[in-house]
Amino acid sequence: MYEFSYKKVSSVEDAVAAMQSADDGKFVAGGQTMLPTMKHRLASPSDLIDLGGIGALNGISIDDDTVTIGAMTTHASVAASSEVQVAIPALAKLAGNIGDPAVRNRGTIGGSIANNDPAADYPAAVIALGATVKTNKREIPGDEFFTGMFETALAEDEVITAVSFPMVDKAAYMKFENPASRYAIVGVFVAKSGDSVRVGITGATPCAHRGMRLEAALNGNFSAAAVEGVKIPVEKMNSDIHASAEYRAHLVKVMTRRAVEACS
Amino acid sequence: MLTVKMSVNGKPVSAELEDRTLLVQLLRENLRLTGTHIGCDTSQCGACVVHVNGVSVKSCTLLAVQADGAEVTTIEGLAKNGVLHPMQQAFMDNHGLQCGFCTPGMVMSALDIVKRNGSAVDEATVRKELEGNICRCTGYHNIVKSVQAGAKSMGG
Repeated sequence: MYEFSYKKVSSVEDAVAAMQSADDGKFVAGGQTMLPTMKHRLASPSDLIDLGGIGALNGISIDDDTVTIGAMTTHASVAASSEVQVAIPALAKLAGNIGDPAVRNRGTIGGSIANNDPAADYPAAVIALGATVKTNKREIPGDEFFTGMFETALAEDEVITAVSFPMVDKAAYMKFENPASRYAIVGVFVAKSGDSVRVGITGATPCAHRGMRLEAALNGNFSAAAVEGVKIPVEKMNSDIHASAEYRAHLVKVMTRRAVEACS
Repeated sequence: MLTVKMSVNGKPVSAELEDRTLLVQLLRENLRLTGTHIGCDTSQCGACVVHVNGVSVKSCTLLAVQADGAEVTTIEGLAKNGVLHPMQQAFMDNHGLQCGFCTPGMVMSALDIVKRNGSAVDEATVRKELEGNICRCTGYHNIVKSVQAGAKSMGG
């Protein structure tokens, strides 16, 4: 890891000020991706601004129809939250299957979505549940937040403060995970509210996205059978040592079918 | 350089460190607590697992300064007055180690598992929860037995 200057801040305002005065600063949340990336010298920030001391970014609050999770809330906290388990059980389950227990004790929801790894789990939930990403500057619809591989709508000095998830009638997340890393080779989050179905897909393409073809098939016929006739564009799928594009296209349908079955 | 202070195995510790120093480096190189191992150095193998404020973390993926003010427990902090912790004893009794390299991380993760799942934790849960700890002797069967036996004896 190259040298850097570490800065701990206790408020979002201080974090933004530290970023604006840094040559090439980076925010660090739980650090479970940031530190390995720096060790590999794929990132070499001049300043590392630690959001871990900002108490206001940590915690879960629930009102009548929304679950709001502070950006620095760990995966372990979301998974163990009895409130989340009741309000959106699929979200608690998703958090409890990220990485491994020690990683879940440090990794955060804000860090996960800001990093936007193509195989991360949370982006599928943000998209399928129609969540809102709250920052120090604005509120960003989940659909518009993930803009490309490791890219988001965030500005350099913008800090995620919380993510709000609307409650839905039924939801389930299914992932076909890499057995070593537990990253999603393909993960599909299906959410149903009234007659409206939303599908969020991660792992399959360079950036998590809505499964519009699957949604069209499932709207009006919410059944595993409805998935069968959907054509998944193989040319848009990732292809790497873990899975070919053809295999990923196949997995998108299998994971969607399993998620639909888990909803009923 | 910065000054980092924390409690390690109940003792106050203070060190002048480069900002980029990892917690595992502080433990091993400054404090000479070499029971915490560096295996993969990419937060996958779990040989470096310690407890920070009561929860398991991979000390190769945490800056020492991020544990400033924290209470850190390493494998060296478990035995009391020369008597092994029940979980350590269970690993010994159940042949839960072969080469022993992964064992400190296994024991520290095991204690985290018992804390969250209780002393009657079942085999399937132990296997799933140990997914962040890798044993290259592949001695998982006896490790799982050890964790369950240790959990039981911790529960009295």
